[in-house]
Amino acid sequence: MNTLPQQLANGLLLGSMYGLIAIGYTMVYGIVQLINFAHGEIFMTGAFGALTVYFYILPDGTSMAIAVPLMLLGGAIVAILIAVGAERFAYRPLRGAPRLAPLITAIGLSLALQEVVRNFYPEADGARPFPGLDTTHDIGSITIKDADIFLIVAAILCMSALAWFVRKSRTGRAMQATAQDPDTAQLMGIDTNRIIVIAFAIGGFFAAVAAVAYGLKYGNVDYRMGFLMGLKAFTAAVLGGIGNIYGAMLGGIVLGIAETLASAYIDEIPGMQQLGGQSWANVWAFCLLILVLLVRPQGLLGERVADRA
Amino acid sequence: MRQRSLVILTSVLTTGALTLTACGSRDDNGGGDSGGGDTTTLTIGVDAPLSGENSQTGLGIQYGAQIAVDDANEKNLVPGVKFKIKALDDKAQPATGQSNATDLTGDQSVVGAVGPLNSGVAQSMLQVFSAANMVQISPANTNPELTQGKNWQTDKKRPYKTYFRTSTTDELQGSYAADYAFNGLKKKDAFVVDDKQTYGAGLAKIFNEQYKKLGGKVVGTDHVNTGDKDFGSLVTKIKNSKADLLYYGGQYDEAQLITKQLKDAGVKIPLFAGDGTFSTTYIETAGAAAEGDLVTAIGVPADTLPAAKDFIAEYKAKGYKGDYGAYGTYAYDATTAIINAVKAAVDANDGKLPEMNELRPKVVDEVQKSDFEGLTGKVSFDEYGDTTNKQLTVYQVEKGEWKAVKTGTADLG
Repeated sequence: MNTLPQQLANGLLLGSMYGLIAIGYTMVYGIVQLINFAHGEIFMTGAFGALTVYFYILPDGTSMAIAVPLMLLGGAIVAILIAVGAERFAYRPLRGAPRLAPLITAIGLSLALQEVVRNFYPEADGARPFPGLDTTHDIGSITIKDADIFLIVAAILCMSALAWFVRKSRTGRAMQATAQDPDTAQLMGIDTNRIIVIAFAIGGFFAAVAAVAYGLKYGNVDYRMGFLMGLKAFTAAVLGGIGNIYGAMLGGIVLGIAETLASAYIDEIPGMQQLGGQSWANVWAFCLLILVLLVRPQGLLGERVADRA
Repeated sequence: MRQRSLVILTSVLTTGALTLTACGSRDDNGGGDSGGGDTTTLTIGVDAPLSGENSQTGLGIQYGAQIAVDDANEKNLVPGVKFKIKALDDKAQPATGQSNATDLTGDQSVVGAVGPLNSGVAQSMLQVFSAANMVQISPANTNPELTQGKNWQTDKKRPYKTYFRTSTTDELQGSYAADYAFNGLKKKDAFVVDDKQTYGAGLAKIFNEQYKKLGGKVVGTDHVNTGDKDFGSLVTKIKNSKADLLYYGGQYDEAQLITKQLKDAGVKIPLFAGDGTFSTTYIETAGAAAEGDLVTAIGVPADTLPAAKDFIAEYKAKGYKGDYGAYGTYAYDATTAIINAVKAAVDANDGKLPEMNELRPKVVDEVQKSDFEGLTGKVSFDEYGDTTNKQLTVYQVEKGEWKAVKTGTADLG
């Protein structure tokens, strides 16, 4: 059996999830040059928001066709509130402070959010089961399930909408202007604080979409899920060129596929058995990052200033 | 900027982790000295993962020990001495376990310790307890090296005389699983995966060797990282290998995700694992995908032991969290062994409680001589500190519950 199509599909799915989360890192960086390390935890709280809708708000036995959009809504509300709240209360007071201050704030916020969920969300000490979309479909030699279709469709829709928004809408163009030069943008009458809030909100929404997809795909969520996913998504953003929204998506997909193919095939190369397999996936992913940065320090797509937002 | 931020991230996280570790409970009360006529309170330390990974089974250890202490206090087992539990969370991290061990040995009211859950954590604690001459009894460690030394296959040598366990070893567990897979299930092509931890890798290796010895074929092997969530690539490999059984050496946290992703991808082969996966959380998380999966677990099923009935009733009545099924009864027996040893030491000292620095070595000696009927059967230890109770049970998920399918003693033939 030829496993390549299936492995590519696995990588594409994983990569789409990285890409959705990476949008949050890249948008915020593009506008305020802040690496929001709490973004992984915003992703995590989005998942718990969706879980709350399913277990504590919707009546038992609600069909998934109705439940999923409502979970998405619940997750998005929670993630956006936390992202915007973080901006308003943690980062805005530090605007203009040395760069290290907001960075350390972000890390502190990330730990705080993890501990809050662990301590105050019911039974969040361990993994909590999340409703899955597990019906499978065979397309040629590829097996995918409903959750995978949800992920791909959501990623395509969200990305197209974002591309349209940034290029065509008035607010989107204001974002580009702010990204290019915040001071001048403000002089031209753009409310930069509002633009920054919108960037955080969009990042939160994308994280929530990824979080719901994550829950539906893997069937459980826990308070630490944001750490590694956040780190990978940050890597994806850097790989694609941080500050560039297309780069984030591309970086995510490249990273996902590279990881999957490395763990699938490296151990089949003679002499490389010891360096292959699932446990080396992260190593190869970061090797790729180093290689790309050596050749193209600005990332795959680089920071195209005109589209930076 | 980017590199600097990563360095900062790591250092801040490390600092945070260290700070959290340092926040263990520090209520030293009682002390080791026996006041004339008054009751003295001795502490029994518990170390297990109480949050995060493996915490369900870890909490089972904490509350199993708690019930043993409550029972001993109620029956006034050692006149003039009351016991209490000091439970520390090791988060399944060796470094945290080591600092907890230091905390326990430094606390002059602690007479012995129960735990940990993970063999890898135990490795980092052995030296600390040995230096303090304090007894440590694990209800769950199964790695052979802990009691029989690095070269346990050829030259058994006990590294630390303060370490005991009420669970049996992976040598027996892995062999028993291989035998059941090959002869019981008639599965001839196994795919073997482990999580590279002391416990998981050791168990998978023993299974691998024994299975091949029996005539089975290992069609592929792979390793995962603890904390991994996406096993898509691994699942595709297993599917392609045409294996009819997946053997997994590791804990339920990853096993439950692997089995779910495996079945979702249409690979309807059972996952067979060790006692680290024997948890109700596994079934709750994996749902229907867990159906037909198997584990080996140490001892005989808790609910078939008449002595364990009261234990289970008490555990449920008190509303304790966690899973008593895997190690709760073993933690109970481990704790009772320490309490009995204190009693023997007191009896040998004309009914007086010796000073703590004399009591600790005496308890080690008395635990070695343990011989009593516990919840899990006879509790006694061989010259390596291993339990003499070598029974194992295979459980299978049937209609959403673990059902015992075979109990026996492993044959190393």
